[in-house]
Amino acid sequence: MTTALRRLFFLAVGIFLALPLIVVAGVSINEKQTLAFPPQGFSLSWYGEIFTNTEWRNALFASLTLAALSAAVALVIALPLAWFLWRRIAPWANIFQLLGVAPFTLPPVITALGFLTFWATTGFYGQPWTAVISHAIFFVTLPLVTLSLGFSAIDRSLVEAAATMGATDRVIFRTVVLPLILPYIVSGYAFAFVLSLNEYIVAYMTVGFTMETLPIKIFNALRYGYTPTMASVTVLFLAIAALVFGLVARYGDLPKLLGAMADDR
Amino acid sequence: MRREPPQRLADYAPLAFPAGMLIVFFVIPFATMIAVSFFEREQGGFYQPAFVWDNYARFISLFFGKVLGFSLFLAIAVAIACVVIGIPFTYLLSRTKRKLQVLWLVALLSILSLSEVMIGFAWSTLFSRTAGITNLFTALGLMAEPQALTPSFGAVMTAMTYQALPYTVLVLYPALVRLDPTLTEAARTLGASPVRAFFTVVVPALRNTILATLIMVFIFALGSYLLPQLLGRPQHWTLSVLITDQAIYQSNMPFAAAMAVFLVLVSLALVGLAVYAGRQKEAV
Repeated sequence: MTTALRRLFFLAVGIFLALPLIVVAGVSINEKQTLAFPPQGFSLSWYGEIFTNTEWRNALFASLTLAALSAAVALVIALPLAWFLWRRIAPWANIFQLLGVAPFTLPPVITALGFLTFWATTGFYGQPWTAVISHAIFFVTLPLVTLSLGFSAIDRSLVEAAATMGATDRVIFRTVVLPLILPYIVSGYAFAFVLSLNEYIVAYMTVGFTMETLPIKIFNALRYGYTPTMASVTVLFLAIAALVFGLVARYGDLPKLLGAMADDR
Repeated sequence: MRREPPQRLADYAPLAFPAGMLIVFFVIPFATMIAVSFFEREQGGFYQPAFVWDNYARFISLFFGKVLGFSLFLAIAVAIACVVIGIPFTYLLSRTKRKLQVLWLVALLSILSLSEVMIGFAWSTLFSRTAGITNLFTALGLMAEPQALTPSFGAVMTAMTYQALPYTVLVLYPALVRLDPTLTEAARTLGASPVRAFFTVVVPALRNTILATLIMVFIFALGSYLLPQLLGRPQHWTLSVLITDQAIYQSNMPFAAAMAVFLVLVSLALVGLAVYAGRQKEAV
C-alpha cells in the first residue's frame, strides 16, 4: 500500500477511536451544566467536582481502594501458580491455569452472576470485601498471563548455575527469579489495577446496592440525566490508563508483553 | 535447575493458595449458579432449592428466540466489522516503526480498559442532539439541523465496534508481527501490487488466525451488557442485557442463571472451536 493510503487509513481509525473521547473532553470543560459541544466557556470546575463533591470523591476512593486491593490479591494468586507451573512437571496442574483464564474469557455477565448467587447463598452479599475477592478472581488472568510469559523468558541455565552452587529453591527465587520477573509482576499488577478501576458489572452485581464505585456511580447518575462530572471522570480515567500503560511501555517491553517476539525487530 | 515432578508433599505447597482460591471463589460460585438455574422462584424475589427444568423451558418462546437471534446477529456483525478493519490495520501497524507501534498499543490498551459505562456515555454524547456529531454535519451544510442519533441499531453497532476494535487488534497483533515479511516481499518482487500482495498472500496465510479472531471477537461482543441498553431500544437488547435485567430488576435469579448457563455453553463451544482453529497448521 502506498504511504499516503496507509497514512489515510491510520488517520481514519485514529479519528474513529478519538472522536467520542474528544467530545467527552469538550463537554467536560463547559462552564455551565449543559451538554454542549463545542464547549461554551471554559471551566475546570467539573474536574474539581470529582474531589470536592462527597459522593464523587467517595466513589473515586472506593474504586481506587478496590483496584489496589483486588490487583494485589490477583497477583498473590497468580505468582505461586505461575512459579509452580514453571518449576514442576505436573500436567494436571494446568487445569488451574485454565481456571485462572476462564473468568476473563467468558462473557463477564456469567462471572458476575456466579458471584451474585455465591455471595447471596453464603450470606455475605453486599460486603465490600466480596468485591475485592470477586475482582481478584475475575482479573487473575492478567498477572497469570504476564507472569507465565516472564517465567518462560528466564534462561534456565542461570537458575541451574545457582542450583549447582548449592542454592535452595527459596534462595534462587529471591536472588535470581524475582529480579528477572519483577517487570512482569509490575505490569501484571498494572493491567489488573486499571481494568478493576473500570469494571462495572461484577462490582455492580456483588456490591452494587451497598457501595458505589465510579463506574457504578456514572451509571446511576446517567439514569437521572446528565452531569458534566461524568465527562471529567471519564477523561480522568482515560488519563490514568494512558499513564499506567505508558509507564509499562516506558520501563518494560510492551510489544513483547502483548505477544510479539522482541528480538526480531 | 531442570523442571522436575513434585517429589514430596511439601513441593505442592505453593499450589495450595491459588488452587484453593480458584476452587472456592470460581468453581463453587459457578456450580452455585448452575444449581440455582434449577431452583424454583418464589414470590418476592426469593428462590428455593428444587430440581425443575422450568427455567430452561422458558427459552422455548418466540420472545426468547428473537432475543437470542438478535444477540447472535449483532455479535456476528460486530465481529465481521472489527476483523475487516482490524486485519489491514494490525498488518500495517506491525510494519511501522517501533516507537509508533508502542504509541498505538498504549492508546488501544487505554480504550480497551475504558469502562463500558464510559464508552456508552461517550457515544451517547457524540450521538446527542446538543453536543453530537450532527452539529458538525449541520455546520458543514450536510444537514438542515442537528438531531439525536440514539436510540438506534446503528448507534449500538457503532459503539460495540468501537469497544471491540482495540481487542481485535490486540488479538491479531502477535500473529501478524510473527508473519514472515519475506512472504509479501516475494510477492512484491514477482510484481504484485501491495494491496494485491495483502489479499493474495497475507490473508490466505492467516486464514486460521482470522477464523479464531472472528470467534474471539464474537464472544467478546456477546458479552456486551450496557451498550445495547444505553444506546438501543428494547428490541436491541441482547442476552447479556436480559440476564442482568432478570437478575437485578426482575429478581428472577433462577431464570437469569439458566440463561447464563446457556450463554456459557454457547461460549464454551465457540472457544473450543477457536482453539481448534488456532491449532490447525497455518498454511505458511
